[in-house]
Amino acid sequence: MTNRFLRITFLLVGLGLLYPVLGSADTPKPVIHEPEGEGVKCVHPEEEMKRNHMNYILHQRDDTMYDGIRTEKHSLANCIDCHVQPGKDGKIASIETEEHFCKGCHEYAAVTIDCFECHADRPQKFINRGGKNNASLQQDLQTMLSAGTASGDQ
Amino acid sequence: MSANKSKVAVNNSRRAFLSKTASTAGMITIAPGVLLHQVANAKPDDQPISEKVRWGMLIDTNKCEKGCTDCIDACNAEHSLTDNGRPESDTQYIRKVTLRDKSTGHELSLPLMCQHCETAPCVDVCPTGASFTRKDGIALVDKHICIGCRYCMMACPYKARSFVHEAVKNQTLSAPRGKGTVESCTMCVHRVDKGETPACVEACSKGMHDAMIFGDLNDPNSKISKSLAQYGGKQLRADLQLNTAVRYRGI
Ligand code: HEC
Ligand code: HEC
Ligand code: HEC
Repeated sequence: MTNRFLRITFLLVGLGLLYPVLGSADTPKPVIHEPEGEGVKCVHPEEEMKRNHMNYILHQRDDTMYDGIRTEKHSLANCIDCHVQPGKDGKIASIETEEHFCKGCHEYAAVTIDCFECHADRPQKFINRGGKNNASLQQDLQTMLSAGTASGDQ
Repeated sequence: MSANKSKVAVNNSRRAFLSKTASTAGMITIAPGVLLHQVANAKPDDQPISEKVRWGMLIDTNKCEKGCTDCIDACNAEHSLTDNGRPESDTQYIRKVTLRDKSTGHELSLPLMCQHCETAPCVDVCPTGASFTRKDGIALVDKHICIGCRYCMMACPYKARSFVHEAVKNQTLSAPRGKGTVESCTMCVHRVDKGETPACVEACSKGMHDAMIFGDLNDPNSKISKSLAQYGGKQLRADLQLNTAVRYRGI
């Protein structure tokens, strides 16, 4: 009886001792910055997304490429729109840094993807093209067109 | 703007090639057609495209202004095509070409881009299947499986395709592009699928030139079909029997 009691105590103590070790800062953990805000939810439950996010986007890729299906739900652009937002410093983390939602976890899991060599790593409104964002480029274009200066020599 | 330089640099062989088409063409004067750039009945986002539609473009060279680059500028902005100042290698989806009829001295100017052939040579030669034509006739590169071999660039009689030689930054979200793949005019699929017109056509009409019509060649009631039926339009190098979706008037 006492023996059994002791054993259980040791076991509990052992577990108790182990706990801080398991949870300590020494154990590497992925950096994952999830979108904040009330009621913001992923397109599927978190557990499902953790395991199968790649299947959804790769499937969507072919649907869009070949069949012109443009639904928002599983589109890569949509993932980026929601998941990539400015941090506390007001800056967008680039895909090259662990702070980017898609990079932190992949870095941890040693997954390398090439998607962002072509695809924008941030929502359209944060895309800075040669000192100008897209909106201002659009405006430039409109001014140019309305002024009719486009024809002439430039 | 250095874009002009680039146009000069690439135009020579193109001119020779195209003049074959132009030399036979008498000048047709056309009554100003009514041009529309709206596409009726947009496809719902979750519906696949269908072969009932064949998207095409009609370019009226009599209305296309010499030296005007509205369509090119709009295209470059839409697809974030950056000008690295290297005209031999920078991507161009649209190029302006000037043709001169030697006997009359008449000059005409036209935008030249992927002609979206029905039987496309680029598709024939592609070793990975990355070059393909969608059911609605738009010729594309699936950059996800393009290996950058550039066979298609050699096969294309219109020299419409470019290879991305340099890493690309700050792409627009709707037009992904990157180093190591081939690309060309997509007829703005990302807009067309949403019921909009290609950026070049929109810019041309916004600039009050109205030299481009976009629409469904298979629908006899579309603006483009009606205009083609009434005033005609030619395929560039029709002798190659590629059945191109881009047609020209006035060549
Ligand atoms: C070489 C360039 C390139 C690379 C690399 C690339 N893509 Fe794409 N992707 C494209 C192009 C071009 C389109 C077509 C865009 C259109 O038609 O709107 C596209 C479209 C898509 C789409 C449909 C549009 C959307 O935003 O949902 C998805 C999904 C997609 N790609 C996923 C991926 C994934 C996942 C990877 C990485 C494994 C990847 N792509 C890598 C060029 C690329
Ligand atoms: C409307 C915002 C939104 C969109 C769109 C969205 N997500 Fe999420 N995602 C979230 C939120 C919020 C979480 C945190 C879990 C939750 O609350 O659902 C999350 C969690 C995840 C996770 C799990 C992260 C972890 O901590 O393990 C992955 C992976 C993920 N998303 C991938 C994607 C992909 C891929 C797409 C595009 C197909 C996408 N998400 C679209 C909001 C979004
Ligand atoms: C919770 C961690 C986590 C997050 C967050 C995450 N991924 Fe992943 N991703 C993984 C893991 C793990 C794998 C590898 C799974 C495997 O190999 O079976 C993977 C694989 C992929 C693949 C397939 C790679 C291949 O070679 O087959 C793609 C594409 C992908 N992720 C895209 C994304 C995108 C885009 C985002 C951001 C929207 C993202 N992932 C965010 C964990 C994550």
